[in-house]
Amino acid sequence: MEEFKPTIVSFLCNWCSYTGADLAGTSRMNYAPNIRVIRVMCSGRVDPTFVLTAFNEGADGVLICGCHPGDCHYHEGNYKCLRRYHLLQKYIQQMGIHKDRLRLAWVSASEGRQFAELADEMTETVTALGPCKIKEVMETLA
Amino acid sequence: MEATDKKTKPKIKLAVYWGAACGGCCVSVLDVHESLFDVVAAADLVFWPIALDFKYKDVEAMADQEIDVTLYNGAVRNSENEHLAHLLRQKTKVLVAYGSCAHMGGIPGLGNFSDREGIFERVYDTTESTVNPDKLRPQTETEMKEGVLTLPEFYNDVRSLDQVVDVDYYLPGCPPQTERLVEVFMAIVTGAELPPKGSVVGALEKSQCDECERKKTDNKTIKEFRRPIDIQDDGETCFLEQGVICMGPATRGGCGVRCIEGNAPCRGCYGPPADAMDPGAKMMSAIGTMIDANEEEEIEKIVDQIDDPAGTFYRFSLPGSIIRRKLL
Repeated sequence: MEEFKPTIVSFLCNWCSYTGADLAGTSRMNYAPNIRVIRVMCSGRVDPTFVLTAFNEGADGVLICGCHPGDCHYHEGNYKCLRRYHLLQKYIQQMGIHKDRLRLAWVSASEGRQFAELADEMTETVTALGPCKIKEVMETLA
Repeated sequence: MEATDKKTKPKIKLAVYWGAACGGCCVSVLDVHESLFDVVAAADLVFWPIALDFKYKDVEAMADQEIDVTLYNGAVRNSENEHLAHLLRQKTKVLVAYGSCAHMGGIPGLGNFSDREGIFERVYDTTESTVNPDKLRPQTETEMKEGVLTLPEFYNDVRSLDQVVDVDYYLPGCPPQTERLVEVFMAIVTGAELPPKGSVVGALEKSQCDECERKKTDNKTIKEFRRPIDIQDDGETCFLEQGVICMGPATRGGCGVRCIEGNAPCRGCYGPPADAMDPGAKMMSAIGTMIDANEEEEIEKIVDQIDDPAGTFYRFSLPGSIIRRKLL
């Protein structure tokens, strides 16, 4: 059987986390290529619709990264993200999606190393969980 | 509908069918009261199982597109619902998904938290009032000495009407507001220009909050979620500001805020407003803005007070939402 390589959709805020991921790149750090980056202006811009759509279209995991608490470029976008994250967590678990498939982390612009480690760690976790079967289950049961 | 002279204009042919439904939608059609005379003056009811004795074979005998308008209410739960959805689609010019169940799955759609076996086990084995020592289950075919008896096949999954056949219009609500039905019906009869195919008719584009007259502040904050029985509702302050979950922000207006006028929070039967594709996602987004806490621990505590977010936010719309069923 072919080795399972998860797809992890990640939403990175423009001001801290994307710059952090960029730093990991420019510093030539290696990290798991499973992370598919989508740049958003703020973690507060991550509508729950984005997360659910990612899962629905075959993502095995979703990673949201924003500025550390208190550092949001728009003052409180990351707090809104944190609240939505907890609502989403409760909801996805009710729908039978493992909690470790959705993760929220704070990554600052200088934390390239931390971003690379986070990417590796999440890839490892999701690989261990196996494929997220949402798409398949919806198609076979319908 | 092609006659040139108004006096000789033939009546339009109207059909009403129920799939997986409670019957409330059919009753809401009766709720037109004396307007029923206007309806029958303009239309012949050619098929309506709740009220008229037409058989499925009568519909099968019709020519394709012979029925002008079909109001299909109810979700698609079994093979009978599915067969009739296909049959009526074939025989109908304008197919309307009537009511929450046909629109997005409705209350029967909550069956998507389980599957056939899960539901059968509960219903035929484990409910407190079930006595079924032989573990009998419904069969699609049963041999009797008189012949074979058949029942429709119960599916694992509940679907909204447009997940089974092509739908022309959606008229949401549980049940739809009867006045809206009469307006839409009259628009069809008088030949008024109809909205583009796929439109939600008989409802507004904006949310319930747009119509609601309760007092709201610009920055709503919620420190604690409470159940309606836990508050002393003053009858005029926004439910969310009193900590009660009201689906208003994530629900299309047009019902005349019936529940809120009756001092009950909105439950979301009209589906999401035009700018949102998923009612629960919209609700989580809205509530995320309102929760009045920045510390993770406190946020978790507040979120924990919502007992059943999936069932609350998707009460009428699970099959029609992005994650349309539970993973089993």
